[in-house]
Amino acid sequence: MTIPMLELRHIRKNFGALNVTDDVSLTIPRHELHAMIGPNGAGKTTLIHQISGLLSSNSGTLLLNGEDITALDLPQRARKGIVRSFQITSILPHFSTLENVALAVQARSGSSFRFFGRADREAVLNDAALAALTEVGLRDRANLRAGLLSHGEKRQLELAIALAAQPSVLLLDEPLAGTGPEESAVLTDLLRRLKGRLTIVLIEHDMEAVFSLADRISVLVYGKIIATDTPQAIRDNPEVRTAYLGEETA
Amino acid sequence: MIMRREILPLSIFLAFAVLPLLGDFGSDAFILSIVTRVMIFAIAAVSLDLILGYGALVSFGHAAFLGIGAYAVGILSAHGIREAAIQIPAALIVSALFALLTGAISLRTKGIYFIMITLAFGQMAYFFAVSLAAYGGDDGMTLPGRSLFFGYDIVQSERAFYFLVFACLIAVYVACRMIVTSRFGRVIRGARENPQRMEAIGFSLFAYQLTIYVIAGTLCGLAGFLLANQTQFVSPAYMTWQRSGELIVMVLLGGLGSLNGAILGAAAFLLLEEGLSHFTEYWKLYFGPFLVLVVLFARGGLMGGFKRLTGTDDGR
Ligand SMILES: Nc1ncnc2c1ncn2[C@@H]1O[C@H](COP(=O)(O)OP(=O)(O)OP(=O)(O)O)[C@@H](O)[C@H]1O
Ligand SMILES: [Mg+2]
Repeated sequence: MTIPMLELRHIRKNFGALNVTDDVSLTIPRHELHAMIGPNGAGKTTLIHQISGLLSSNSGTLLLNGEDITALDLPQRARKGIVRSFQITSILPHFSTLENVALAVQARSGSSFRFFGRADREAVLNDAALAALTEVGLRDRANLRAGLLSHGEKRQLELAIALAAQPSVLLLDEPLAGTGPEESAVLTDLLRRLKGRLTIVLIEHDMEAVFSLADRISVLVYGKIIATDTPQAIRDNPEVRTAYLGEETA
Repeated sequence: MIMRREILPLSIFLAFAVLPLLGDFGSDAFILSIVTRVMIFAIAAVSLDLILGYGALVSFGHAAFLGIGAYAVGILSAHGIREAAIQIPAALIVSALFALLTGAISLRTKGIYFIMITLAFGQMAYFFAVSLAAYGGDDGMTLPGRSLFFGYDIVQSERAFYFLVFACLIAVYVACRMIVTSRFGRVIRGARENPQRMEAIGFSLFAYQLTIYVIAGTLCGLAGFLLANQTQFVSPAYMTWQRSGELIVMVLLGGLGSLNGAILGAAAFLLLEEGLSHFTEYWKLYFGPFLVLVVLFARGGLMGGFKRLTGTDDGR
């Protein structure tokens, strides 16, 4: 039996009496693109927080490639290869677009306890950063201050940052939200190219993108996974239709 | 070709360099001694700016390091050790250890709690100095003279001492410039803007912030060594919380996160204090509102104004 890339065992999270993640177990094989859908407030973002280590779980176990990483915090898990994007864009607005990405490269390339030599002139870092920017279609924005990018471009930048951090598991929280049709097409295209190269957990409300990209889909409702299956099977699942898809496909 | 952004620091250092050459400032060398004091506090302000401006960590106990550096001179001198080659390493090492210990605890807190706990550690250092009855306690102690350099009494004259302080300021400035633009400095600057983003790409910030805290404390210890030598006097007054507050004001006045600004801020603060105190004994009455106005209207301090005038802004 091959070891799954990511395995969630009985993960829980509650805020007071509210069970936001209610005994979630999930196994994601290597290089799968796994989409997570569910109505607003279902707990999708919270689950991403728990997988990335931003929030600790109340109970449950998390395995990365067979290794128990439950006790690791956010930066430690990032160094293990779990890299995430945020639902609300999270960048360094006063750094150049290039430096935003170069920092992610820096995090994975040698020690950052170096006190001499200008970081912004390190070709190794800049070249890799530029490659990531090219991949997301932001190359011509490299020298612009990141805060000045359009909303959609910031989403692209965040994806470039995540890619530059060399993830083995990429967690994306609504990467298409708020992007225009053109940027959305660029990003969907990019996700399609990334598919099969790394393991991706994708939260997305854009059903067209989800159903065309995902290998498998999990449906989260009130903190519980009510179904995990192929896109076709999810589409045909009556329980899913009433709980979630019903409203949109009716 | 000299880059445009180097014009300001070069002008500052040129001004410091030529001042003593302009003439003999009389027997008490009053102006020379004021500018020496400016440069000593500029070192302290630059070091504080590393954590306050670049690290966005409001440390309210930075004067403790001035005191530690000064007491290293005082205590060793009291035991007949006036050699700078021993005093300086002692000042720096004790400062570094104090920063390591207090930083490791303080940096576990955030925001207002960090301010309060650094203030508390600063006060602890202050009261510890007060309790040192053998070394003058509350009154402090007078030094037998300035430190010796490899046995030679070469900084006894105000002018020689001026150049020693000047050399220290240049060294500290150059070192800090390197630090803030290095890989390490970029992590610190990134954490100032968005710590969560930095952690999400794999930086465990505590270790970085503790390191910058120790560097800042150590450099301020050097300022303490110089301060004790200038006044030839050491007392707990060097590490009051008011003094920590003044250092913060210097950095704010110059503009957070600008090394040039920290130097200008220290100069502006001390020269204004000096100037106003000649006009009226109630100078603090005018100084306070003036500072409030600067912080309110000249956002970014003196450097903010300078950048708006010249249109240069490179994050230093
Ligand atoms: N820190 C918190 N404290 C209390 N309740 C919280 C907290 N964070 C989230 N919640 C609640 O947990 C539930 C799930 O939130 P979450 O953001 O995970 O949902 P989501 O599925 O990502 O929703 P959306 O599609 O709107 O992004 C919501 O009811 C939310 O109000
Ligand atoms: Mg969400």
